[in-house]
Order: sequence, then structure tokens, then C-alpha cells
Amino acid sequence: MSVDSPAIRAINLSKIYGSGQAEVMAMKDVSFTMSNGEVVALLGPSGAGKSTLLTIVGLVNSPTSGKLFIGEDLITDGPIPKVNLRSYRRRFIGYVLQKANLIPFLNAVENVQLALEINDISGKVAKLRAMQLLESLDVGHRADNLPHMLSGGEQQRVAVARALANRPRLVLADEPTAALDSVRGRQVMQLFRDVAHKYGTTVMVATHDHRSLDIFDRILEMEDGRLKDENSDNIPKAV
Amino acid sequence: MNLALKDIRHNLSRFSLTALGIGMLLMIVMGMGGIYQGLIQEATLLVDNIGADLWIVQHGTRGPFAEISRIPRNIEDRLQALSEVASARAFVTFAVQREFNNKPLRIQVQGLSWPEDKGQWLPIVAGRNLGAAHFEMIADQTLGLQLGDEIPLGKNHYKVVGITKGMTSMSGDGLAFFSLLDALEIQYDYSGEAIRLERQARQSRITRQEIGWTQPSLVERAGLPSSNLPALPNPYVSAVLVRLAPGAGIESVVTKLSGWADVTAFTRMEQNELLLRGVVDRARRQLGLFRALLIFISAIIMALILYTLTLEKIHDIAMLKLIGARNTVILALILEQALLLGFLGFVFAFYAGKWVFPMFPRKVVINNDDLLSLAAIVLLISVLSAGLGIWKAMKVEPNEVLS
Repeated sequence: MSVDSPAIRAINLSKIYGSGQAEVMAMKDVSFTMSNGEVVALLGPSGAGKSTLLTIVGLVNSPTSGKLFIGEDLITDGPIPKVNLRSYRRRFIGYVLQKANLIPFLNAVENVQLALEINDISGKVAKLRAMQLLESLDVGHRADNLPHMLSGGEQQRVAVARALANRPRLVLADEPTAALDSVRGRQVMQLFRDVAHKYGTTVMVATHDHRSLDIFDRILEMEDGRLKDENSDNIPKAV
Repeated sequence: MNLALKDIRHNLSRFSLTALGIGMLLMIVMGMGGIYQGLIQEATLLVDNIGADLWIVQHGTRGPFAEISRIPRNIEDRLQALSEVASARAFVTFAVQREFNNKPLRIQVQGLSWPEDKGQWLPIVAGRNLGAAHFEMIADQTLGLQLGDEIPLGKNHYKVVGITKGMTSMSGDGLAFFSLLDALEIQYDYSGEAIRLERQARQSRITRQEIGWTQPSLVERAGLPSSNLPALPNPYVSAVLVRLAPGAGIESVVTKLSGWADVTAFTRMEQNELLLRGVVDRARRQLGLFRALLIFISAIIMALILYTLTLEKIHDIAMLKLIGARNTVILALILEQALLLGFLGFVFAFYAGKWVFPMFPRKVVINNDDLLSLAAIVLLISVLSAGLGIWKAMKVEPNEVLS
């Protein structure tokens, strides 16, 4: 991927669920670009299409029409994928969800290690790198604890470590601070910013949390399945 | 990282209990197979061990194990006159039920043709063979008798001089071996009163017949023991066992004996076939079908358990798919657990069975062939059961983790 080319390029992405009378237009003609190392907030009320956009960009849902590029790679042209989506997800995308969704039978370090091992990194190296990540996120001391022994904030930090484990091009986060208090929430958002700027990772965060918007480089807002004009006055401006 | 083992470690007690449950189920399947084999072994035990090439039985009957067979003992002498016959010995079998030490004692009596047959072919684990023509017996350990015990049967007491292991009849009763004459004595034991009344009736009958008037000495003899009456036949036995001389063709002897109108000859194989296809056939088939049913039920239960285990992990599987785990990772998670569950269940069934089955009142025979077949079946069930869980896991969409 060229450094100068946009990290993500979405061209007229639309998503229709159902058919006939039950047809629902979840997203319509969404186009945007994101640069490497950019941290973007995705705002909008419930049902605005944030999650649909996130799942399409995250390659777990296919658009009904439109094109999606990650770097220079055409990922999907309408509903037809042009790459092996699962392999692409494994190598290039990290996910942080509203709940940490850690594997309950693996301890903190194993949860991070797993993400590395499924990407063909050997056990020892994977464990070492997983420990380094946990320590950098301040949860190294909880490495041997199972998820249910961790606080919500600690779980979310482990989930962030898992998302970052393979140094992905793109990190997608869906309401990652919803279960956290404001201090912890802000810490997680700050973490995304630090990672993005340090490694050039592109981060897209769907959030309702307006308290941390100052952390983002850019804000996209959705309404009724469409992206609002970024220059519109009623969109909060990133700092 | 082995996800299956990590998951088991996390849910160790539940996994152990599940394996235990499957193990108990497999133990029942194993036991049913053992009872099936035990039935066959018990049915053919005597025929296989007694060392006879031919069984000579009452004409038109299927032998003493299938129905009543009575042939005069002098058939033994007629058979010994044949050049192809190395030895012929009478065989008697019948069941008696008595009380001993205030407990019911059910014995399958076997008469051995003393002194040719002292029971030297028996698997004796304590004591010795028959050492005298009378008042000695060899008992199987299932009868619960001890060496030196004296059992009253008929008018005599019989001393236990030897103990065998694993010698039971097809109905599961322990075998006891006596000399032929003792066995007949036990079989034809009548009370003194019955004998007195019979002699009286005999005298009364003969005095009403012409022969009694013309030969008065017969009236006198009618009051004596039956053995003193030459007109009465020899004691009957159940069968005569023939061992052929070296080089004698069994088919030619059978052909020769088919000309004897009063007996039927069966080879050892035919006798076994008669037992398995006739006497124990229904029980054998019933057990066989029940066993097949149990295997089928076990397969369903295992499939449901593994399916439930998979359902509980659906969210985690969706997460694994979201972060890009290959299908082989998910497949291994389910399949390895299924195989481990099957393996542990099988091992538990084997050892628990080894401990429990000897306590069963009838023989339970677990042979290597059966164990191998069951292991293969458990492997197949584990794979098929995992298939159901894998099918469900493969259908899970990664975006389910987002909902």
C-alpha cells in the first residue's frame, strides 16, 4: 500500500436489507476517504446506519452496491468480494466492540496471543508480543487472569490489545466506551489516537460519546443511512 | 494454542462429568456386548471343552441341550466296537435345585464317564479331579461351594474335591461334575416310600397277568430292586460322546451312524450351531438388537451433548471468525473436544466395566475384537456428533458477535 494513497476509499456504498415490501434501505450512497493514521469518529443516532457502515468497512457485511477500497486493493464491488474477506480481516483489520467479547476460556494474554497465532505467528513470539502489548496498555499485571476476573476497563484494554496485535491497517470500534466510565472511556479513545499516530493505523470509531470528540482528527455523522456533509455547521468539529 | 484443551481447562468439572456420563453409557453398551458374548460362550462352553468329536443323541432329537434326549447306555459299547472310534463315554446333564446353608443352590449336574473321564479337561483352579467312582464332585466357583463342603443330593452326600472357573450352563447355572453313576443316582433318586409303592404296584400288576400265573418266580422278582429285573432296560443317559481314532474321517463315521435307527450323530460344529441357532438364538438376537439400539441412542446423546457444547460457544466462534480465524481452528476446537470426550468415555467404560462386570451373576465376556469394534464405533460417533456441531459453527456469521 502506498503511503500517499488513502487508507480507505468508499464509493457510493448502499445497503438494502430484505426485499419487496419488507425492503429497508439501511445505507445509501455513502462515499468517503480516510487517510493513514487518521482517527475518525462516526456519529449518528441509533438506526442512522453507523453499524451497517462499520460492518461493511469491517468486511463482515457486503454492500448491495458501491465499491470499497482498502489501500489500493478493491475489496468489494457491490455484493461481490474481490478478496478472501476472512483472510483480509485476519491480516489487516482490528475490531473493538461495545463489549470486549474476549474468549472466556482464555486468559488476557492468551486472548491477545490467539489473534497473533491465527495469523501464523509462532506461540513463543506471539506470547512475547502479546505481553508487550498488554504492558503498554497497562494491563500486563492481569495477563494471567481470565476475562471474568477483569474489570470492564481492563477487559476493553485487552480487547484493544487484541485488535492491535497484528499491527492492522485499520481498527474499527463500535461504541467501545459504552460500558466504561468517562475517565476510562477517554483513556481508551486516547489510546486509539496514540496508536494511530504512532503506527499509522487508521481508526474509525462509532460512538455516541460526545465528551471525547476532541480526541478525533475528523468526525463523520450519519443520518437516515446517509453521511452528512462534513462542512455542515451542525456537525461537531474535531480539534 | 490448543483451544479445545483451554476450553476444557476452563470447564473442567463440567467436561469431566459429561465424559463420565458418556462413559457410563458406553459401559452399558460394552456390558451388553459382554453379556451377548457371555451367552454365546456359556452356550458353547461345554461342547467346546469336553473334547468330543461326535455327539450321539436320541434319534430325531437335537441333543440334551435343546430338548430331552435319552439313549440306553449300552450305545457306548456299540460305538466302541467301531474301528474309527477311539473312545466313547456316556454323558448325562440335568439341573437340580436344592437348599444348602439355607440358600437355594441351583446346579447343572454333569455326569462324567468314570474312570475314562475324571474331569482332567476341566479348568480346575483349586483341588483336584475326581479321584473316586463315588461321592465326589467338582463344582464351579459360581456355585459358591468350598473345597471339602459336603452336599446332600438324593440319599448321599457328595464332597467337593475340585473347583472350576467359568464353567456355567447356558442358563447361567454353575456346573458340577460327578461320576456318571452318581449323576444317574441323583437323577433317578426316589424316596423309599415311592420305591416300596412301585414294587407293590408291580407285584399287583403281574399277578393280574397271564405271565404271572405261568411264571410264579417273576412275581417274586417283581418285589426286588429294578436292577435285579433283567427285563428292565439299562439306565438311560443323555448322550454318548465319541472321540475318533487318528485318521478316521468324521463324515464317513456320521454316514455310518446315520444307518443306526435309534440315534442321531452331530459333529461338534453342528452341536454348536444347534445351540447358537436354536437354544440361545432368540436371547442372542434380542441382546444384539438391544445393543444396536443402545449404540444408536448413545450416538444421539453424544451428538446432542456436543451440539449443546457448540451452541454455548457460538458467540466465541463468531468472534473467532470476526478476527479471521480459519475454519480449521474452529473445526479443531469442536472435533478435538468430541474425540477427547469419546476417548475418556471409552477409557472410563473399560475400567469401570472391568470392576463392575465380574459382580454380575452371569458371565460378561469383553473380548478384544468387541473392544476394537466399540472403539471404532465411538470414534465414528465422535466424528459424526462433532459434525453436527461443526455444521452449526460453520453457519455462524461473524457479524453475529456485533448483535
